[in-house]
Amino acid sequence: MPAVTMTVNGVSRSADVEGRTLLVDFLREQLALTGTHVGCDTSQCGACVVHMNGQSVKSCTCLAVDADGADVTTIEGLANGADLHPMQEAFREHHGLQCGFCTPGMVMSAIDLVNRNPNPSEGEVRHWLDGNFCRCTGYHNIVKAVMAGADAMGGGS
Amino acid sequence: MSDNGSNGTGFIGASLKRKEDARFLTGRGRYTDDINLPGQLYAHLLRSTVAHANLGSVDISAAEAAPGVHAVFTGPDMEGVGGIPTGWLIHSKDGSPMVEPAHPAMAIGKVRHVGEIVAIVVAETRDQAREAAALIDIDYQELPAAASIEAARADGAPLVWDEADGNLCYDWEVGDRAAAEDAIAGAAHTVSIDVVNQRLVPNAIEPRAAIGSFDPTTDVYTLYTTSQNPHLIRLLLGAFVLGLPEHKLRIVAPDVGGGFGSKIPHYAEEAIITWTAGRLGRPVKWTSDRSEAFVSDTQGRDHISTATLGLDEDGKFVGLKVSTQANLGAYLSTFATCVPTYLYGILFAGPYTTPAIYCEVEGVFTNTVPVDALRGAGRPEATYLLERLVDKAAAATGIDRVDIRRRNFIREFPYQTPVALQYDQGDYDATLDLALEASDWDGFEARRSEAAGRGKLRGIGISTFIEACGIAPSAVVGSLGARAGLYEVGSVRVHPTGSVSVFTGTHSHGQGHETTFAQIVAETLGVDFEAVDVVHGDTNAIPFGMGTYGSRSLAVGGTAIYNAVQKVIAKGKKIAAHLLEASEEDIEFADGNFTVAGTDRSKSIGEVALTAYVPHNYPEGLEPGLEETAFYDPLNFTFPAGTHVAEVEVDPETGVVELVAVTGADDVGRIINPMIVNGQLHGGLAHGIGQALLEHCEYDAEGQLVTGSYMNYTMPRAGDLPNFNINHNTTHCTHNPLGVKGVGEVGSIGVPPAVINAVVDALSPLGVTHIEMPATSERVWQAIQAAQAQD
Repeated sequence: MPAVTMTVNGVSRSADVEGRTLLVDFLREQLALTGTHVGCDTSQCGACVVHMNGQSVKSCTCLAVDADGADVTTIEGLANGADLHPMQEAFREHHGLQCGFCTPGMVMSAIDLVNRNPNPSEGEVRHWLDGNFCRCTGYHNIVKAVMAGADAMGGGS
Repeated sequence: MSDNGSNGTGFIGASLKRKEDARFLTGRGRYTDDINLPGQLYAHLLRSTVAHANLGSVDISAAEAAPGVHAVFTGPDMEGVGGIPTGWLIHSKDGSPMVEPAHPAMAIGKVRHVGEIVAIVVAETRDQAREAAALIDIDYQELPAAASIEAARADGAPLVWDEADGNLCYDWEVGDRAAAEDAIAGAAHTVSIDVVNQRLVPNAIEPRAAIGSFDPTTDVYTLYTTSQNPHLIRLLLGAFVLGLPEHKLRIVAPDVGGGFGSKIPHYAEEAIITWTAGRLGRPVKWTSDRSEAFVSDTQGRDHISTATLGLDEDGKFVGLKVSTQANLGAYLSTFATCVPTYLYGILFAGPYTTPAIYCEVEGVFTNTVPVDALRGAGRPEATYLLERLVDKAAAATGIDRVDIRRRNFIREFPYQTPVALQYDQGDYDATLDLALEASDWDGFEARRSEAAGRGKLRGIGISTFIEACGIAPSAVVGSLGARAGLYEVGSVRVHPTGSVSVFTGTHSHGQGHETTFAQIVAETLGVDFEAVDVVHGDTNAIPFGMGTYGSRSLAVGGTAIYNAVQKVIAKGKKIAAHLLEASEEDIEFADGNFTVAGTDRSKSIGEVALTAYVPHNYPEGLEPGLEETAFYDPLNFTFPAGTHVAEVEVDPETGVVELVAVTGADDVGRIINPMIVNGQLHGGLAHGIGQALLEHCEYDAEGQLVTGSYMNYTMPRAGDLPNFNINHNTTHCTHNPLGVKGVGEVGSIGVPPAVINAVVDALSPLGVTHIEMPATSERVWQAIQAAQAQD
């Protein structure tokens, strides 16, 4: 089995994986980082979004070996102790989550959006979230949270 | 106390941030698939690839010999284990009971829908189980399928069940047929409509999962499962399927990633996984993937209806007759039989005074995935039909769409409908007025003109609706065929140092109970919000419960908690009276303090709690401790109501419908947490808009699901939806102490007809009078072409 080494949430992790092991399964099963979720099998729902080298990826659609040598951040790696990341705090403040299942992917995706576009318009937020499904919120409060999170991350007009 | 039972500490009515969010936002939620038990094995469920077939040989030998495999079981291995039960016994018009076929956990002899479980493979790893399952050789001797209502009811149709002639489960009715027909026959105007309420896939984002285990030292089985109602699963799985007494079966429904009705039923998977864990003596875990969910989660809606409304000269509704065929799927799921009957036919008064109403429903077996509750469950189907019919009546009589609704509103309460329900309270004019103002209804024609200048067809649509929630008075539902009571249970444990644990039989899978229920307790008991934790989802921790569905958790479960608090206060008064050397009758309770009336002598709830657990100086004969449980059986359903307005723009060249604005004016009863209530409304609206414009679960004639993934089943995405304009006008439920009604299903019930009425309004200049859901661009374009061809 191939050996992989990657930095996950700032910690170097090495393991033997099967060649076919998906990054999401590696994170959930081998590293017990169960905050990253699996909601579909066609790369549509976005519950599995993590950051690889600072950019959002659907971890159900990459192999663990693809992440060899990469710097991976999951939802567990965002907060600084009890201090939530501004995007996490914005989701809490604006009720951008209900059942919580899509939430990790939403938050990780939203942060990547703001990294690329510090002042997204509402339309840009809605377009960006095309790859993240939520069945609970109707997206109304998620969009509000992402815009507020963008402001808090240092964007904003 | 104020009339809502509060002590005025301000927790009720405040948009407090949710207690549950910290764990969900940091990846510390604990969903079923996040749990792994020592020694756990993994199951793969092999499912039928055909819709209807006799099962010839099922050769499992190669799978049994595959690497890592511990066991392979098929239907006959579980023979003798009870079948999966259904929760409601419906009777037909002639008084005969419905046809209730056997429902084995795994197929025996025959398969009846794509996705039916044929075998379970248990192995060391998930991949080994899946690969071994591929080695099972099944001889499907295919039979013709009845994959739709029309196909199943056609002459000579293939029979899903030999005992169900014409694939009919029941032929049910409610209301007075003769009175409705007479009223329609004598009416000045009649208007009819044929509508399809299409099948939907619930699609909670968390796929279902289950982990079964057996502890040989206690003989206790434990099942972790993605359920909205763990006690109901314990009842059905224990008493009806596995034959286990309650004290030997523990059900845990931890964090659950959305339900929307699809996690109410007791599923065969729960029985198979629990049984297999017992057989093997090792924990067994199964997690559905999305493709599997599409063919195994219960689906929703799927009605074909025809209806006629009679009106007098003034546009008053005089009679309504509805005939519906409802697809039940191949097997009867837990609530399958009541959704298209007692959650549907009884809604046809809507907010109107129609004096004569009759509804008949054929429940039809088909070779499709079982149908059960989906957000709204029966009430969206009724509301859609009625509100489309009212719009057609307005067009036929030339009466304004708003005016015709207003002419027929119920204004005196309580109001007894001709279809069983008695509405306790409401103000339909107020929500209508609010919606018209908030949506700038009067300014619409200017917007239509402006859009026309851009080549767009703009339309506006309205829906005025009521729903029946808070299911339900046990004696009433019992008389209608329910096999369980539908009360709820709450326990309040005041700990020695004054913190509080609340135990509820409802289950939160997004609704925010941990916050809302804590607000009720903090307010009524006069303790700090942070000092209250709400526990749900574990049959070993909670006395009993019936779970969360039908917008019942606050109205029924919240009231149970409220009543338990009142019991705590009553006991606290005895303790305080003793400590204060006063008469119990003289003790008043407010803001967390027991006070001798007219004095400044008081004891806090904390002091009383400590005394209850350290009873050195204590009333004679009173039990120590401060913990009370209440079972609350509601006196009536609750009746949230409202008006929804949708505004669309249609591109006549492409048929693309853009949803420009959605306005809701809702009366959901007293609001405990406005932030959470609005979030529930948003979610319901999105679900309803999904039905109106996007979602459609389709089978081909052979019973193959052709919309079996997110690649071809259209889920609402952020870009499909506008921001929602939410408004409230509140009347209080009169028969529960909190005055609450329910909110979770409002949007999915109220908005679909508003959206379709808007699309039809937009297309009406072209002569289009109806369009089926979902109003996809293709369907709209076809309607435009057909209308233009007629010109």
